[in-house]
Formats: sequence, structure tokens, C-alpha cells
Amino acid sequence: MTAQSRHEALDEVDRRIVVATQAGLPLVPRPYHAVAEELGLDPDTVMGRMRRMLATGVIRRIGAVPNHYALGLRANGMSVWDVADEGVAALGRQVGALDFVSHCYHRPRHLPIWPYNLFAMVHGKSRAEVADKVASIADLLGAACRGHDVLYSTRILKKSGLRLVA
Amino acid sequence: MDALDRRIVNGLQGGFPICERPYAEAAAELGTDEATLVARLKALKAAGTLSRFGPMYHAERLGGALTLAAMAVPEDDFDRVAEIVNAFPEVAHNYAREHALNMWFVLATETPERIPDVLAAIEAATGHTVYDMPKIEEFFIGLRVEA
Repeated sequence: MTAQSRHEALDEVDRRIVVATQAGLPLVPRPYHAVAEELGLDPDTVMGRMRRMLATGVIRRIGAVPNHYALGLRANGMSVWDVADEGVAALGRQVGALDFVSHCYHRPRHLPIWPYNLFAMVHGKSRAEVADKVASIADLLGAACRGHDVLYSTRILKKSGLRLVA
Repeated sequence: MDALDRRIVNGLQGGFPICERPYAEAAAELGTDEATLVARLKALKAAGTLSRFGPMYHAERLGGALTLAAMAVPEDDFDRVAEIVNAFPEVAHNYAREHALNMWFVLATETPERIPDVLAAIEAATGHTVYDMPKIEEFFIGLRVEA
């Protein structure tokens, strides 16, 4: 999936549904009905629009978003890799498929300060655990890897919920 | 967290149904009932185990844009720069990391055209170069945190 993915045509009703649900679904027995009531819409309209947004990928998924830190995954390392651009897609798919990698992206280099073009976020209970996992990524990449680093986070300076539509 | 909480966190990271009584339907799959599931989800959110429960939207498909950007900030200027960067409403997350590039933040804007404007404004306000690292390709966004 590239960053240039097409936009889905969303109308005003869709956008109101996004605004009403992006922070979460109501924890009541009929959550979609509650959203419909809040917006003055028919429940079938809300559910129909959301089914369509799910089918077209506007909604990635619906469910629980766990907090890594609260689950004891207190170390997070952004592992970054310098691989040939020609091979990055195939390697990225392999790294992204590892069960301890939560996000994996091809991003641009900024030479000379930044030679890395493949990013894989690795979570673990400790830095030692993250380092072990990074070592297994290095094994997987083998000779395709021309250099790598792990950037541990030392402080969260800001973390606000992502608000996509105001 | 007990065994049911773990089943909820592990089993409900996607696939929550869109229907009149979705919690009842999901509860049946998890071997519990609607009222228990709703109560557990409230408690898991209140405890911070779940940061959210609901739809996860795809920013670019909503017409918006995201990017990851980094700066190399001298230690003695770090707090001033962090304050300036964090004051931009478009900055969703900002992390200090151990590297010459020691400040990493995510921008979220309503349109792709806004990204270069905000990055330029951050450069102007801080006096430091901002390295833009937008995703070129996405390989996976995790579904699989084990509780």
C-alpha cells in the first residue's frame, strides 16, 4: 500500500460519523444506534456507511487498541536499516511479517546524516529483549543489510490522540 | 488482568462487528456475555490497558496526511525546541530518541499540502533543520500485541 493511495470519496455524513467515532465507540449495548442518535441519523445509515468505509479501507479495523506500555512492553526501539532500494519492498514484507514488529515502513534517506530506508518498530519488556529481536531482524536480512541502528525512546514529549478530522 | 481480560485484548484487536448488538455478538465468541464484555472494556480503558476501543481510521484515505520528521537538537536547546514543536496542533506525537537525530515527531494534517507548510514553520520557529521522512510504502501496521 503506497502513501499515494487514492482517497475514498467521503461526503459530509461520512465525515460526521468519523468525527463522532474516531475517539472510540460508545460502550453501550447498541453503540451504532447511540452514534446515530447523537448525529440525528438513522442507525442503518450509520452502520451502512461504516460497513462501506471498512470495505474500502477507510476504516482499517474496528476493535481494541492496546497500550503497549500498559501491557508491560516498556522498551520500544525504532530499528532502522540500510538496504538497497531495489530490494526494500520484498525485505519490508518479510520484516513486517515478524510478530514482534508493530509498524514497518519504507522511508527516504537523508544522506549523510541518515542512510536508513527501512524502519521497523520493535517492542519488548526490556531493552535486552528489543536487542534480541533486532538481532533476529539482522539475521533475516543477512548480507542485504548494509548498516543498521536502533533508536530507543528516552522520553515521550507529546502524545495526543490522532484526530484525523476536526 | 485475568484470563478473560487477556482473551478480550488478544481477541478483539480487529473484527468487531457492525450490527445492532455487536458487544453481544463479540461476547459470545469470547465465551462471555454482553454486560460483562462492556464492563470489562470500560475497566480496561479506565486502567489504560486499552488506549481506545473502536474504529481505526486510515488517515490518507480520509484525505489527510501523516509524516514522520526528525531534528538534531543540541542538548542545551532541547527543552525550548520541544516546547515550540509540541505547541503545533499538527504534531500528534513527539519522542526523544538516542541518536544525533534526537527528536522525532509525527505530523497529522487535514490535507497533504499542509505538511510542507507546517515543516517550514517548525524550521523557522526553532532554527533547526527538519528532516521529513514520509512513508513511501507501508508493510504492516500491527494487530498482534499479546497481553
